[in-house]
Amino acid sequence: MAQLSSNIPSGPLADKWRKYKTEIKLVNPANKRKYKVIVVGAGLAGSSASATLAELGYQVETFVFHDSPRRAHSIAAQGGINAAKNYQNDGDSVYRLFYDTLKGGDYRAREANVHRLAEVSVNIIDQCVAQGVPFAREYGGLLANRSFGGAQVSRTFYARGQTGQQLLLGAYSALSKMVGQGGVKLHVNSEMLDLVVIDGVAKGIIVRDLVTGAITRHSADAVILATGGYGNVFNLSTYARGSNCTAIWRAYKRGACLANPCYTQIHPTCIPVSGDYQSKLTLMSESLRNDGRIWVPKKKEDCKKPPADIAEEDRDYYLERIYPSFGNLAPRDVASRAAKRMCDEGRGVGETGLGVYLDFAEAIERYGQQVANRNHLENPSKEKIRELGEAAVKERYGNLFDIYHEITNESAYKQPMRIYPAVHYTMGGLWVDYNLMSNVPGLFVLGEANFSDHGANRLGASALMQGLADGYFVVPYTIGNYLAGIKPGTRPTPDAPEFKAAEQHIRDFNNRLLNAKGKEPVNHFHKKLGKLMWDYCGMARTKEGLEKALVEIPKLREEFWANVNVPGSGETLNQALERAGRVADFIELGELMCRDALTREESCGGHFREEYQWPDGECKRDDEKFAHAAAWEFQGEGKTPLRNIEPLNYEFTKMSVRSYK
Amino acid sequence: MVAEKSSAKNISVTLRVWRQAGPAQPGKFVDYPAKDLNPNMSFLEMLDVINDGLEQKGEEPISFAHDCREGICGTCSLVINGKPHGPNKSIASCQTYMRSFSDGEVIVVEPFRAAPFPIVKDLVTDRSAFDKIQQAGGFISIRTGAACDANATPIPKEVADLAMDAAQCIGCGACVAACKNSSAMLFVSAKVSQLGLLPQGQPERDSRVLNMVATMDSLGFGNCTNQYECSAACPKAVSHDFIARMNRDYITASFRSAFRPKSAAAGDGA
Amino acid sequence: MSLIGNLFNSSIGRKFLMAVSGLILVGFVAGHLAGNLQIFGSPDRINGYAHFLQSLGPALWLVRFVLLAAVAVHIWAAVVLTLENRKANGATGYGVNKVIQATLASRTMRWTGVVVCAFILYHLAQFTLGVVSHDTFKGSLPAWTMSEDAREFGVPLAAKGTEVHDVYSMVFLGFANPIVSVFYIIATTLLAFHLLHGIDSLFQTIGWRNHSWSCRLRKVAALFCLLYALGSLAIPGAILTGLLKPAAGTYAAKVVATASVAQR
Ligand SMILES: Cc1cc2nc3c(=O)[nH]c(=O)nc-3n(C[C@H](O)[C@H](O)[C@H](O)COP(=O)(O)OP(=O)(O)OC[C@H]3O[C@@H](n4cnc5c(N)ncnc54)[C@H](O)[C@@H]3O)c2cc1C
Ligand code: HEM
Ligand code: HEM
Ligand code: SF4
Ligand code: F3S
Ligand code: FES
Repeated sequence: MAQLSSNIPSGPLADKWRKYKTEIKLVNPANKRKYKVIVVGAGLAGSSASATLAELGYQVETFVFHDSPRRAHSIAAQGGINAAKNYQNDGDSVYRLFYDTLKGGDYRAREANVHRLAEVSVNIIDQCVAQGVPFAREYGGLLANRSFGGAQVSRTFYARGQTGQQLLLGAYSALSKMVGQGGVKLHVNSEMLDLVVIDGVAKGIIVRDLVTGAITRHSADAVILATGGYGNVFNLSTYARGSNCTAIWRAYKRGACLANPCYTQIHPTCIPVSGDYQSKLTLMSESLRNDGRIWVPKKKEDCKKPPADIAEEDRDYYLERIYPSFGNLAPRDVASRAAKRMCDEGRGVGETGLGVYLDFAEAIERYGQQVANRNHLENPSKEKIRELGEAAVKERYGNLFDIYHEITNESAYKQPMRIYPAVHYTMGGLWVDYNLMSNVPGLFVLGEANFSDHGANRLGASALMQGLADGYFVVPYTIGNYLAGIKPGTRPTPDAPEFKAAEQHIRDFNNRLLNAKGKEPVNHFHKKLGKLMWDYCGMARTKEGLEKALVEIPKLREEFWANVNVPGSGETLNQALERAGRVADFIELGELMCRDALTREESCGGHFREEYQWPDGECKRDDEKFAHAAAWEFQGEGKTPLRNIEPLNYEFTKMSVRSYK
Repeated sequence: MVAEKSSAKNISVTLRVWRQAGPAQPGKFVDYPAKDLNPNMSFLEMLDVINDGLEQKGEEPISFAHDCREGICGTCSLVINGKPHGPNKSIASCQTYMRSFSDGEVIVVEPFRAAPFPIVKDLVTDRSAFDKIQQAGGFISIRTGAACDANATPIPKEVADLAMDAAQCIGCGACVAACKNSSAMLFVSAKVSQLGLLPQGQPERDSRVLNMVATMDSLGFGNCTNQYECSAACPKAVSHDFIARMNRDYITASFRSAFRPKSAAAGDGA
Repeated sequence: MSLIGNLFNSSIGRKFLMAVSGLILVGFVAGHLAGNLQIFGSPDRINGYAHFLQSLGPALWLVRFVLLAAVAVHIWAAVVLTLENRKANGATGYGVNKVIQATLASRTMRWTGVVVCAFILYHLAQFTLGVVSHDTFKGSLPAWTMSEDAREFGVPLAAKGTEVHDVYSMVFLGFANPIVSVFYIIATTLLAFHLLHGIDSLFQTIGWRNHSWSCRLRKVAALFCLLYALGSLAIPGAILTGLLKPAAGTYAAKVVATASVAQR
């Protein structure tokens, strides 16, 4: 049984981090350069950690499977990043951001972690601006903010619809600087395939060079995984095609606990599926909900009519109706499930009936009027107002509207967008303590890959915040505390037997895939898995469904190994082999997710069990039995994993029923 | 942005794809029929379908670079019918939909071609040269934790917006692929301009442009002859105005660094 | 990094030199054309002007040196940049070549440049050195005696009665040859085409061009090139077609008269 100690510092909530920082052990500068740290991943979390650790003087080696660190999936985040700056003077504070995040997570996150996150959020914005991130600004030259789901203040900083891109490029520039100066050794096209654990301590990784096929061993004093989320277990998701679970899954198989794998976030505003060839779903940023109004027809018969032909009184603005105080800005899980309910009632729109409208007509009118007033236009015509309004909306959301148009061939200026929920984020991940270290000493996990800060549901614009918080401001302290306890120069060489064995294990694994020579392409299995997961472990879950999935998925795994066809060799670039390895892991992870979902007999945040809901369809938590993190521990191939528990104690906040009414 | 073609009827096309087993092996075009395609399918999804068919037969799938499939990561890098990122303006290959092609069309798909972007396999090229350019100066040196309050330096909205225009670059390399001289000026100028426009970027402004251009040159990119193919092919429509700006910055920096007084304590200076 | 190193060894530096040398050459050809258009006036004007230029002595050599240097730098940069670009393009070209928006002028700079270069060599051989068409070279023709005081912008060029080279006749006699004239016409038209891209381009290279006024710049450059082409076409064109007849009393007039008599 794994030792799960959260290592939360004592003392008042607001003082924990400050106190921790003053009390941790430090590594003296001359020793820092003797320690080597491996960072896997260069998204927001990995890049910021690599750069910062190198600045501090550690030897850093960074590995990414991408051909450049700048391509990490963080680049795709559109909407924004939260920070408790209170620049808008609308009553925001560190406490409020902490509280919103904790409540948004449906009281399934650690108070101390979340508070620290809110504290350092402020520094993140300073850091990014200093790096040259071109955040949106007001005419006076100061930073602009917008509001985001689950919050009643405007605390979200953004850079057009490309916030993730700009933040990642900022972190990437910091990383590039350190690579240029020799502080970081960068390995691109390098996929981590195994974690090497010696005497229970993480000491290195096994890597395949995706271009040459070479499999190499790398040792270090500590290993950081910042490898992102695993939402592609659903095949269709808003994740990049390459995002995968391999790093965390293989770490799990080496003893790291995987916590709350069933917590997945379904984003309410994505472009609906159009056909079975589809490879990914595209997110329409949540920021659209600031100005767009979500509705479906009141009457089923109206669903196939063009939206313009449906009279105002025949429209059901259901979020505004059910959640008057948050309205269209209700948190993601709430908004997603509401959309599903509407479609289940037969009131969905679009060809498949799996879609709801996101309408900008009113916003265009409102902005048009505003601009007209600002410019003192006398009696502007309706057309003029529309024109001004469209321009104003374009200024805010132009690129999102363009994306929508490219994909659907429809103009959202002229007719409402069609949207539907899609898998978007995974709150679960490797279990970590307050230091962001997993139960395997020396293995740190940052960003979306860990489970730490979002509980059962992540609020919009807080993943970017967490990734950068972990990388810039948390792990640089906590890893020092760990390394200070290790004698410099004691790191094993990559020739140690454990390294050789792990390498052989990976060679065998890949050969097994290459030699299966079955009849089906890898995608076939990925699609099948995705469908099982979406049907049984998606937006709404039931005992029967999950039990069924737990029968089907192991069958799928057998079929996969018997019947997959991976052409080519392991000695060159082989994208089929890459996919095959990832899908093999997804299948196993999928099974664990279903197991986790089945065991968690309550509904909370992104985990919705139909058996556990309030009469109005809201999540019914069971704080008596489930106010804990479930950290699954691998017990060997074919054995049922062990469910460890980390109880969550709410010392400073009261667990309340999450209500957005 | 997108050709408004009827998206009702399924189409069939012939793909003429560049296949090349490795960097040193010779390559050639190979034809693949693609039948009965839904016009709402993306170009990459069409390639997926072809690849699934190949894999089913035990043949090696066509290697092509892709990741986000929404035009932001800059991984996808196809030249479709002679145009980097395909027929439509201001989008990436992955945002190209089959509705942009007509039934019966022969579609030629090639990798980006430029000496500094050697072919890895099939349609995949090695664009690490861009990272090297970034490492030479594409940053503002600010240690983590050393920043002052974000609102301490107001930046006029127009300046921030212009910097954002430059910052939009997704580092895909289509500018190089489109340029008849394989010049990387658009990419480099976007980076130089973004940081050079902002007040935070001023201290390193001169050294940045000098170092980045020197690295760009040493990596074997061609020279700009102001043909503006790059900005026309750029999926983010990064303007070639930034090239002019970089030219000016570079020349100014060259003169300034030659005549600026240097402190005796500064050693060899920068 | 030294200034000289940056200018001569970097891509942007070399382009800058190209733009500066191009600009100098543009200035020269514009002025040269204006001077040459005096052929449409009395022989005193152009001959006086030519005399004045010749009389400048060291200043003339300075100008010539600058021009020569500009041409040398321009050609050197063109060659080096072109070779580098070839190399950058790599061994394998595209299967399908497509131009998105590059203008024809921009894509043919090397070829228009080479033709202009050949022209300059020929032109110098003809009108400056007299190694081709030696018998109509100014040095071989009888001197011209100024019939008036020639002044330009108040500067005295040549006083009445001075004996000067008969450039007027040289040009007339030179262009009497249709092959020479046609070559001039082609070369100057291509030069105008070279400049159509060149002038616009040099602003970009120097960094003084952006979208808020590039459209206007393009128009001004195009107008300049059109005027330049027309002006350059006018001289050989008018002479060849006989629209412009040598002024009475000039050596060229005599030769033309004799030639037409001989033909009869
Ligand atoms: C479409 C979309 C929009 C979003 N919008 C927002 C938003 O507006 N606001 C917000 O706060 N959050 C948003 N999110 C969530 C947020 O973007 C992510 O959670 C966050 O960026 C994850 O960052 P990361 O650093 O943890 O991982 P990633 O950015 O995913 O990086 C993973 C890195 O790990 C590497 N890697 C992975 N596996 C391996 C391996 N085996 N070997 C080697 N390298 C490996 C990859 O190469 C990559 O560098 C959005 C997410 C999506 C999908
Ligand atoms: C002598 C032979 C010549 C050759 C081989 C030549 C070649 C070239 C080439 C290859 C370019 C680069 C195109 C570009 O960068 O846009 C160029 C640019 C230019 N040329 Fe020439 N050229 C020649 C003569 C001239 C002459 C005589 C003039 C002027 C009267 C001239 C004016 C220019 C100008 C203004 C540019 C633009 C420079 C810039 O873009 O920065 N060139 N030339
Ligand atoms: C219609 C076209 C032209 C005519 C009629 C013409 C005429 C002449 C004449 C008469 C001279 C000799 C002047 C003298 O002896 O003092 C001359 C010299 C010269 N011309 Fe031209 N020219 C023409 C076009 C050009 C062009 C297009 C160029 C260059 C691109 C050019 C470059 C020169 C140069 C470099 C000299 C030598 C100047 C010197 O002596 O230093 N000319 N030209
Ligand atoms: S400038 Fe445009 S074409 Fe070039 S790398 Fe950037 S996004 Fe791609
Ligand atoms: S196409 Fe090439 S020539 Fe210059 S303007 Fe663009 S880099
Ligand atoms: S795949 Fe990311 S930009 Fe095309």
